[in-house]
Amino acid sequence: MRYLPKGPAERQEMLEAIGAHGIEELFRSIPEEFRLREPLRLPGPLSEAGIIEYFRTRAGENARGYTSFLGAGVYQHFRSVVTDALIQRGEFLTSYTPYQAEIAQGTLQSIFEFQTLMCQLTGQEVANASMYDGSTALTEAVLMAERLTQRRNVLVARTLHPEYRQVLATYAKHCDLNVIEVGFAASGQLDTSSLSTESLAQAAAVVVQSPNYFGVVEDIAALANTAHPHGALVVTGITEAVSLGIVKPPAEADIVAMEAQSFGVAPSFGGPYVGVIASRDKFVRQMPGRLAGQAADAEGRRGYVLTLATREQHIRREKATSNICTNEALFALAATIHLCLMGKEGLREVARQNLSKAHFALAHLTKIPGVRRCFSGPVFNEFALEFPRSVKIINQSLLRDKIIGPLPLGVNYPEQTKCGLVAVTETMPRTEIERFAAALKQILERPV
Amino acid sequence: MKELKEPTDHRQAATMAQPVETSVAFARVSRQVSLNEGLIFEESTPGKRGMEFPPLDVPQIDPAEALGAAFVRDPVDGFPEVSEIEVIRHFTRLSTWNYAIDLGMYPLGSCTMKYNPRVNEFVARLEGLATEHPSQTTEMAQGCLRIMYDLHKCLLEITGMDAGTLQPAAGAQGEFAGLLMIRAYLESKGDARKKVLIPDSAHGTNPASVVLAGYEVQNIRSNSSGLIDIGHLREYVTSDVAALMLTNPNTLGVFEERIAEIAAVLHERGALLYMDGANMNALAGVARPGDFGVDVMHLNLHKTFSTPHGGGGPGAGPVMVKIFLEPFLPVPVICERPDGKLGVDHNRPHSIGRVRAFFGNFGVLLRALAYTLAYGPGIRQVTEDAVLNANYLRTKLENDFDLPYSLPSMHEVVFSDARQRKFGVNTMDIAKRLIDYGFHPYTTAFPLIVPGALMIEPTESESKKECDQFIDAMLAIAREAETNPELVRTAPHSTRVGRLDEVGAARKPVLRWKKN
Repeated sequence: MRYLPKGPAERQEMLEAIGAHGIEELFRSIPEEFRLREPLRLPGPLSEAGIIEYFRTRAGENARGYTSFLGAGVYQHFRSVVTDALIQRGEFLTSYTPYQAEIAQGTLQSIFEFQTLMCQLTGQEVANASMYDGSTALTEAVLMAERLTQRRNVLVARTLHPEYRQVLATYAKHCDLNVIEVGFAASGQLDTSSLSTESLAQAAAVVVQSPNYFGVVEDIAALANTAHPHGALVVTGITEAVSLGIVKPPAEADIVAMEAQSFGVAPSFGGPYVGVIASRDKFVRQMPGRLAGQAADAEGRRGYVLTLATREQHIRREKATSNICTNEALFALAATIHLCLMGKEGLREVARQNLSKAHFALAHLTKIPGVRRCFSGPVFNEFALEFPRSVKIINQSLLRDKIIGPLPLGVNYPEQTKCGLVAVTETMPRTEIERFAAALKQILERPV
Repeated sequence: MKELKEPTDHRQAATMAQPVETSVAFARVSRQVSLNEGLIFEESTPGKRGMEFPPLDVPQIDPAEALGAAFVRDPVDGFPEVSEIEVIRHFTRLSTWNYAIDLGMYPLGSCTMKYNPRVNEFVARLEGLATEHPSQTTEMAQGCLRIMYDLHKCLLEITGMDAGTLQPAAGAQGEFAGLLMIRAYLESKGDARKKVLIPDSAHGTNPASVVLAGYEVQNIRSNSSGLIDIGHLREYVTSDVAALMLTNPNTLGVFEERIAEIAAVLHERGALLYMDGANMNALAGVARPGDFGVDVMHLNLHKTFSTPHGGGGPGAGPVMVKIFLEPFLPVPVICERPDGKLGVDHNRPHSIGRVRAFFGNFGVLLRALAYTLAYGPGIRQVTEDAVLNANYLRTKLENDFDLPYSLPSMHEVVFSDARQRKFGVNTMDIAKRLIDYGFHPYTTAFPLIVPGALMIEPTESESKKECDQFIDAMLAIAREAETNPELVRTAPHSTRVGRLDEVGAARKPVLRWKKN
């Protein structure tokens, strides 16, 4: 087998050195009755060409050749080939968690750079080395707020990504945490009028996503002014990290939980992505996950180490701030490289392109009779539209034009059955936006 | 033709059993390209960039008009401004400061640092796979669903379990999901119980996950052989106990021979057996947890199934269960439809819910399937070679290093630094000295039941030659510990930076760069 570096003679030689008569002898501690006598019934073995063929065939069974307006937490952005080339260097790809700092300075310094970039983007003071993804980062941020405030209630916007809310619910159930949902106003923003003094005084945090699930930008500064006097923290979720190139960062929030997939990571059917937690310096000892920090060696040379590990499971076990061990280091590196490539100007430009294209699409689509915006609040690169008929039926027709249309909102918001989410990024050519608008117009002109 | 001499390989030089003086001379040779590469922020100068976009083909909109002036940010202060070549150089230079499996043996016990096949990276990036959005309808995602379905079937066959989920993003999340399924099952029978038993040799994630699942941790001691003490276990398994979380083979690399009895003790009293599958590399193709009484287990695809560690992640932690736990699996569940196509079932009233958005780390799952397909039933050879390597190292090192537990080793072997400590040299010193010999250290100071542990897992990916070089290095260090302990205590001598002051770093943490 091509991955195994031993020939039969070497195996024999090693067995003899051990003093074993056969390989079976090395498995003698497994009771006889449990040792398999028959080979497993597994497909394969496949050659490299065979593996490529299997996966090419699977790729052909997906949505190839379609133009997609899906967003809702996962976005198509341009990725430089440089990022992919660099993260495939064996020294990054095939290295372990950098516990042995002297031979992991490459990983450690890049984590330190990642942490810095995340702070710069979010307006926060400290960021960790990554979480699994946005949904688990958000959940961990809420648990962190619970530890910081010792309060058991958490006020969560209904406009937080529905799957993030589901993950939070799974964790909250066993941590004595009451999740109380807060509705949205006609603007699509958090309905702050429903945040009573009593509810805030008992809340660990108010949790809001911005831009939220409907694409609407929230006023985090105002929310912080409302929540802080009552001792409630503000946790801000971000699923579209590119928005930070132009949208005011949630600097007033106490904890930011972000999905950084938009920074150079492929959609890849939902993962692996990059979760981010950023917060204030004073809260660092309640943060989950790994942190890289600056250190010096005996001769005063600058280096980096994993630090403040007394928060973590391998030291603190049941008293750890989280059970997280493995994170998403390689894709945090991808995000770091992507951001370095874009730089200050590129980040701003890509954000402006998203804004311009989305607003161009919004203007075009809402010219179609019967199509209107669901919410009046400001949007970045995604927006909710109401249609005169079911989104699912419209989408069936759009598929014939090789277009994957709006994401139906009705599944998670039963009151919005005729609404759908449209995301438009810098990757979407104007001609495709126009083709989408034309196809939609035609569909809606046809009798039901 | 004149016979050419090979350039001296530092690894060869170091392992030729040379006197200490030579080791010192060698030790001055840096194995890393010693470039003073600053932080990217320090390399930055205004007006540069490394990525450009196609020109905007719609009218440029004024952000203040679109968002409202109050919502518009200024350009990010201190953000990098560098060209493409500078980015390439920066990260390539950083990469040379890392050790990697691609460079040599990475014998971290419990971490299973095996070869990461390159074709897996290739197929993960295929158009039509890397490009797919998780919210596509099932009709438009049959290929992705089929990959997950096929992997799921393979994992069931390998583990001997009945059903499973691929959603957890890492082993620790798998533990959490598995424990929630146990809780949901016991709750459905009217008694969720209070405690989960954890041996003192367990990974730290186990107790942390137990707490997150709302259970109390009850630590149990291992017996003098490092195994579960069945007598003790009987005392501990009360009507309050929901489960035992067991790593098998355990973190000493030893198979729990009385596993069936352990399962029986638990099952008699209505408790379940959870197996941490971190060490599945010792079992695949040889024995199946489902056959020896395990009710729930997770797998670490970034260990046993070769997906790259990438400097700390991503991973994936599928959970496999017995049929009675199937109703409690996280949503969604991929299922076969009558028409042969695959569907996604969200309507599962007993489910524990979601543990992660979307379908989990699909790109990791895909790589794990590519790995499994490469071997097929031949996966047994992987296990045999992994166990052979560990036993070979054990035989060659046991005269020079203390072996605190002498039961047969499987895929890893745990020594202690007891003999070297007499000379003032501990496991961390030996580990750091290994770096000078061109190897990544083994796992130090774990498991906790072995004071000064040297936990060595070679995996199947090491040739006999690589194993022999590692043995030579370890023996050379054992001699150095006796004859020149200072040399070992101050290692590594060949890296860009020496041992870093971790205590100082934690006392006054500097966790980000700041503009002066």
